[in-house]
Amino acid sequence: MAIGESLLEAFSAGELWQIMFLSLRVSGTATFLAACCGIPLGMILGLRVYVGRRMINNLVNTAMGLPPVVIGLFVFLLVSRTGPLGFLELLYTPTAMIVAQWVLATPIVTGITMAAVRSVQNKYRDTALSLGATETQLWITILKEARISILAGICVAFGQAISEVGAIMIVGGNIRFTTRAMTTAIVLQTRMGLFGMAIALGLILIVLAFLVNLIFTTLQEGTEVVR
Amino acid sequence: MTLLKVSNLSKKYAEKYAIKDISFELEQRKFFTLIGPSGAGKTTLLRLINLLEPPTSGEIEYNGWSLSILPKKKMVKARREMGFVFQRPVVFSATVNANVAYGLNFRNLPSDEIEKRVHRALDMVGLQGFEERKALTLSGGEIQRVALARTLATEPKMLLLDEATADLDPTNVALVENVLKKFNKEKSVTIIMATHNFFQAKRLGDIVGFVMGGEMIEMGTADQIFNHPQDERTEAFISGEMIY
Repeated sequence: MAIGESLLEAFSAGELWQIMFLSLRVSGTATFLAACCGIPLGMILGLRVYVGRRMINNLVNTAMGLPPVVIGLFVFLLVSRTGPLGFLELLYTPTAMIVAQWVLATPIVTGITMAAVRSVQNKYRDTALSLGATETQLWITILKEARISILAGICVAFGQAISEVGAIMIVGGNIRFTTRAMTTAIVLQTRMGLFGMAIALGLILIVLAFLVNLIFTTLQEGTEVVR
Repeated sequence: MTLLKVSNLSKKYAEKYAIKDISFELEQRKFFTLIGPSGAGKTTLLRLINLLEPPTSGEIEYNGWSLSILPKKKMVKARREMGFVFQRPVVFSATVNANVAYGLNFRNLPSDEIEKRVHRALDMVGLQGFEERKALTLSGGEIQRVALARTLATEPKMLLLDEATADLDPTNVALVENVLKKFNKEKSVTIIMATHNFFQAKRLGDIVGFVMGGEMIEMGTADQIFNHPQDERTEAFISGEMIY
């Protein structure tokens, strides 16, 4: 009952819509930017032969599991007033939150893209080349064949971004009407002992993540071939 | 006219020779069948000719071009004059139609020409009506025929076949062999075909080569190789005495 009431209360408060929109905007933008960087980077690292390939593999895999608070701390030190990027005055802004989540999501997209294109390359390289593909055409073919796994990587990255709290709490500061996102709002409600509202916000966050993943899944199924 | 000249070709993987000092010349329009036990080096030889990997040493000259010193652009051009059907072909996750059109899309052909060639190639391998089927749902034999159609549609000057009929039933083997003979005789396509099947090698080959341990043991007409082999290893292999 308390949760139901809290849900009603949450939706009747205009602030909730602003928090939801901010969460989606921050995590969506960070995931989009992570895809823009991570897919090409994953393809280069996965398809090119270079010295230290194993070491790069290890580094990317480690980066995939970086704790959000550590990322938050790192970005905080960069954008704080005395940091090297302090002149940009990004601390406690949604932009700083996007940067932190971008750092979190990029290795995930990169790592999954690397693994996906490598397995596809082993399978299709000879066929594509023997049919006359140039290197660029081969890469496009590999990207097409690996698209389902890459989309899965983007899904995971978005899930990590929208559900993390440590990084955006540090660089965003959880400022009302400015940088308060779903996860930081849940932390605040819990600290205030308003557990009903915290659970209500948690449920809304899960539904939000579900809806966004539903879009990704639909995209995946649209490109999948029935076997 | 000599289309392919292979000189002292060798390929080493981790200190072991897959191909050792192979030399031969092949004239245009010839049907060359390669026989030999598993692991003899037949596939490696075809892969080197198709520039899918570089040789350790030796030279391949195709149509007057020395393939080992070709820049990347010319390499693609040379590959586009050849076709390769693999022993275990893979299809792209798309329709049969898109699979057969795959190589044609790289050649800047008008779409009606692509459509015509796809239709003709599918007809030749007995897959008419399969155009809109998802290629990944096909059986092994059907995939092998899609792979053949995909290569034939590019109208190569030289066709490399690696056990290309291995997964086919006798009816389809006959169908494919007829297509290959037609391409060879009527369209002047030079063919190199690796096969385990002696009868097929004898039926199709103007020239037959016996490869073993990475070396070309003997090469000659089908009559020479099957009826008057000069090397005792060839004789042992074709008589079935060689256990492998």
